[in-house]
Amino acid sequence: MTETPLLEVSNVTKRFGGLTANADVSLTVARGEILGLIGPNGAGKSTLFNAIAGAFPIDAGSIRFDGHDITSLPCPARCALGIARTFQVPRSFDSMSVVENVLVGALTRRPKTRAARHAAHEVLDFVGLGSRAEASAGELTPPEKRRLEMARALATEPKLMLLDEVMTGLTPSEAREGVELIRRVRDQGITVIMVEHVMEIVMPLIDRAVVLELGRVLAEGTPKEIVADPRVIAAYLGDRHRAA
Amino acid sequence: MSLTSFLASPPSRFAARHRRQLHLAVPVVAALAALPFALHDVYLLNVLILTLLYAAMAQSWNILGGYCGQISLGHALYFGIGAYATTLLWVNHGITPWGGMVVGAALSAVTALAVGRLCFRLKGHYFSIATIVIAEIGLLIVHNAEFTGGALGVQWPIAGDGWWSLQFGRAKAPYVWVALGLFAATWLVTWVIEDSPWGYWWRAVKDDVQAAESLGVEVFASKMSAAAVSAAFTAVGGGFYAAYVAYIDPESVMTFRFSLLFALPAVLGGIGTLWGPLVGALVLVPLTEITRSYMGGSGSGLDLVIYGGLIMVVALARPEGLLSLLPRRSR
Ligand SMILES: Nc1ncnc2c1ncn2[C@@H]1O[C@H](COP(=O)(O)OP(=O)(O)OP(=O)(O)O)[C@@H](O)[C@H]1O
Ligand SMILES: [Mg+2]
Repeated sequence: MTETPLLEVSNVTKRFGGLTANADVSLTVARGEILGLIGPNGAGKSTLFNAIAGAFPIDAGSIRFDGHDITSLPCPARCALGIARTFQVPRSFDSMSVVENVLVGALTRRPKTRAARHAAHEVLDFVGLGSRAEASAGELTPPEKRRLEMARALATEPKLMLLDEVMTGLTPSEAREGVELIRRVRDQGITVIMVEHVMEIVMPLIDRAVVLELGRVLAEGTPKEIVADPRVIAAYLGDRHRAA
Repeated sequence: MSLTSFLASPPSRFAARHRRQLHLAVPVVAALAALPFALHDVYLLNVLILTLLYAAMAQSWNILGGYCGQISLGHALYFGIGAYATTLLWVNHGITPWGGMVVGAALSAVTALAVGRLCFRLKGHYFSIATIVIAEIGLLIVHNAEFTGGALGVQWPIAGDGWWSLQFGRAKAPYVWVALGLFAATWLVTWVIEDSPWGYWWRAVKDDVQAAESLGVEVFASKMSAAAVSAAFTAVGGGFYAAYVAYIDPESVMTFRFSLLFALPAVLGGIGTLWGPLVGALVLVPLTEITRSYMGGSGSGLDLVIYGGLIMVVALARPEGLLSLLPRRSR
């Protein structure tokens, strides 16, 4: 028996005015895998996350998740089905405490606030933010805010997590903890798609990678295949040259 | 888990902290309820009644503006609906003002949902401007309609005094208690909501719509529910006010001035906090009443200038309101 993929993105196109941020993007994600989504700045990685999470409607294509066609489902309904995401630029509910930020996510599966608060504390311990539970979310340091993003998304008890540059701005030791955390997330049976720029971090962690460039899928394969792919090397070198 | 470790668990500690607010509210309300036995001056009792009414109205406004972050500057519309529903049902059909308040609350909630359907897609100050415009349209309608008594307004006829008619002749104490009861009700609703799913969803919507949606929060439904609750209580206040002054016209219950006055105590005391509206009203209302009686009628608008200035000072020095002077835990 071949298992159906958890996520199937088929020919997704998203335009912003004249700019095509995603052009005919197709990919599938198997249950339990960690997929790396890589590509130079502006390649359309965050746009694809937004399309999968339902932050905005797409212009063409379709998205199936866990047996449902979710192409036209609003964002909260996708969360209820089991899609959670973090934001590249962390967003927090600053009028609430850290644990209450997470509680909002926990309410997805628990109608009672007491049970949700309890679950939120557990998730905070899991990501290593337990000691900051009662702090105001606005007081967190940038690395702590990234953990809060993870905690909030985890609290919705997702099947799929979309992690957008959760390791950016971390010191090497913090990043090692982050890698460890993502492994533990996967060990809970959660499928992960992660966007990350630092190759030394992503490559050892991921099962498979999809490379985007200029909104299109450029290459797809195991980390080994990807780093050896001349098109990928050219895209990254080109990116460096443009940046210089 | 042993009992002691259960009681020390973070959710239990939160519950205890939340309950302490209730334990604080009981003596505060009891003290306010006892004030009419100590105060006999009609002028001071009038100030007290208005203070409690504005505290209740600010508490209602705070549900939508402070917790859900939708800054309405058109709540005079809901106050007017309550005042007119109560007045017309009593004057024309002999229905007790209590019934009129309930009808007014229901009508207001429905109106708020209609306003929400129109306006909640608008962002930030566009929403606020739209609420001003809609309230002005409501004012125009009431001004020109026949069944509302038009610009002349409606006088409550002399009727038997008592709780049924909510008329008490020269006695002020009963109005103090009704206003206090209304404030206590709005406070209690806020207190319950603070630790209910809606309370967390509303604050999430206020703080970050996109993050809220990604966590499964129904943003539109959240705004609509906050608007309905907020408008319903504002209408009850309008019904109470009509019974208290026994005469209403469009200018005395529905002008933009009231929309401002309902928001200001919450902003002054601490927007989106449990005690902010009462603290703000305790400072603002006596102050404006005093300036009014020393500096002439309300027509001058000088009082508006004074609390406008007060708000600016607080906004610059203490954007989170007077309550932020207290340590975080005790709020
Ligand atoms: N809301 C938007 N409105 C207009 N243009 C947008 C919007 N979001 C993204 N874009 C554009 O779409 C393109 C793809 O952006 P996207 O954020 O998806 O890239 P990315 O791969 O995540 O890049 P980065 O690595 O810098 O985060 C960029 O050119 C960006 O400017
Ligand atoms: Mg991005």
